[in-house]
Amino acid sequence: MGYSIAQKIIANATGRDSVTPGEIVTCKVDLALLLDSGGPRRIWPRLRELGVGVWDPDKIVVVTDHFTPAVDAESAAILKLTRDFVKEFNIPRFFDMQGIGHVVLAENGYLQPGMFACGGDSHSSNGGAFGCYMAGFGAIEMTGVVVTGEIWLQVPETVRVNWSGEFGPGVASKDIMLTLCRELGINNAFKVIEFGGDTVSAMSMNERMTLTNMAAELGAETGIVEPDDETLDAIRAGGQQPAADALDWRSDADTDYAAVHAFDAAALAPQVAAPHSPANSGPADEFNDVRIDQAYIGACVGAKLSDLRMVAEVLRGRTVANGTRLMVAPASQKVIAEASADGTMKVLVDAGAYLLPTGCGACAALGAGILAEDEVCISSTNRNFKGRMGANSASVYLGSPYTVAASAVAGRIIDPRELLDEMGSDPDGF
Amino acid sequence: MNEIQGNAWTFGDGINTDVMAPGLYFKSPMEVMARHCMEAIDPDFAGRIAPGDIVVAGRNFGIGSAREQAPMALQHLGVGAILAESYGRIFYRNALNFGIPTLIFPQAGEIAPGDALAIDPVAGRIENRTQHKTWAVAGLPEHLMAMVAAGGLMPFLKQRLSTQGDT
Repeated sequence: MGYSIAQKIIANATGRDSVTPGEIVTCKVDLALLLDSGGPRRIWPRLRELGVGVWDPDKIVVVTDHFTPAVDAESAAILKLTRDFVKEFNIPRFFDMQGIGHVVLAENGYLQPGMFACGGDSHSSNGGAFGCYMAGFGAIEMTGVVVTGEIWLQVPETVRVNWSGEFGPGVASKDIMLTLCRELGINNAFKVIEFGGDTVSAMSMNERMTLTNMAAELGAETGIVEPDDETLDAIRAGGQQPAADALDWRSDADTDYAAVHAFDAAALAPQVAAPHSPANSGPADEFNDVRIDQAYIGACVGAKLSDLRMVAEVLRGRTVANGTRLMVAPASQKVIAEASADGTMKVLVDAGAYLLPTGCGACAALGAGILAEDEVCISSTNRNFKGRMGANSASVYLGSPYTVAASAVAGRIIDPRELLDEMGSDPDGF
Repeated sequence: MNEIQGNAWTFGDGINTDVMAPGLYFKSPMEVMARHCMEAIDPDFAGRIAPGDIVVAGRNFGIGSAREQAPMALQHLGVGAILAESYGRIFYRNALNFGIPTLIFPQAGEIAPGDALAIDPVAGRIENRTQHKTWAVAGLPEHLMAMVAAGGLMPFLKQRLSTQGDT
């Protein structure tokens, strides 16, 4: 039997020809992503305690995103410490207040097919869209990576998920993930989810990242998409050169998958996940009677350029309902620049959207836009756990950018197809 | 590793790390953060748990965010061990990296709140002294035993670095 792309990358990172699911291996790390939240702030004191420095500053990328911009003495101190860490250890790739780390990595073309990468944040699985193995770990474990350049892994099984057919109007890859959280469940530890099929091949990198990002919600080790020309174009657009063998990183035709699932994208309706779990999902029109106080477009998964364009498609010529606020925290400074240049941002502002700084923001109740007691929010983010966006009594529903925007216009949750005409949609990626 | 004795605090399925370490207290010191641990689902937990007590939960304990403050808050409150049917992958690694004995316990649902438990994490023996029952489960994975026995990843790294220094 053949091997999946994830198994091949792990084998390569261990310096072996092949690995078997279940065995424990030690992998060499090609790239470590450190964010201000679980990065230098938590790792530096441990390096001092151990009396060591970082293993390779050229393999580390540091991004500030969770506590940007500083709003009090504590967040200002965390950001300052992060900047000091970068200077102390001469880390060349530092992105201060440029956007959310997972999106910044993609924008700069740093992720190559075949890489083995680690990030100090659960949504590090986002990087798997580039055909690399990238998984999230805690800050204590990232301390080990930063010191040794290695991490242990129990080789996961691979589950292949195929989607075929074209999306109808108002449907996006977020709807795929809300469906999979329900259908595959949230307990997929020791499994990699490999996304494929003609629906995925036709997606922009932004839409593929929504898939791999939310592999975290499936509880998987990570998500991955086999690379193709779209992947290589995105690496070049980030100013990097793809490796000559980049497209050789593929799963074998006779890969021994733990399971293979097939779904029909053409039949997919917009999905909404009800509080307090992404798995608590169903068709958006089942939630029609839910009135909302806030609609939130934000986070690594839900505020890329393609996401903002979906929002604009719904909002063009419309306004946000009285009594509802639409908050938009773009995923990066580059997204802000591009959405400003192509007119997307003007559509949002004209419709009454309230713009927030780029960063992780209200998604994890760290930045502006958090919820009061008993408030109801529909959000383009990836998690709706109790209390995550603020008050414990708040209710958070998850939906695609289309669904969040349409619900902002209606003042209650609606299926975005109620507003979109039959002309179809084509939110472009980068 | 010694036997761990304590009373059970029971939880259901899908307890996530946002609940254990709420983002609202991310910037606060651990003493403050720990007071809000599990607050959204059990407001009494943080104030009443005694050192050595054992957290017993259903499926997917610790799903969600990679935040290490989740196991740190439990450890700060004195949790002696964690038993759950299954775990969120990052939480599981984090908990072991802090040296918290963390076992997979398929029969977690049989434990009642307050039951007196005694655990041997190496042998994988769980004794319920209230119900007079004993279960055999998988002990800590062999490759992690040395790390947990050392007290977690930091003491383990210190050992490793000092060994390297000697050669």
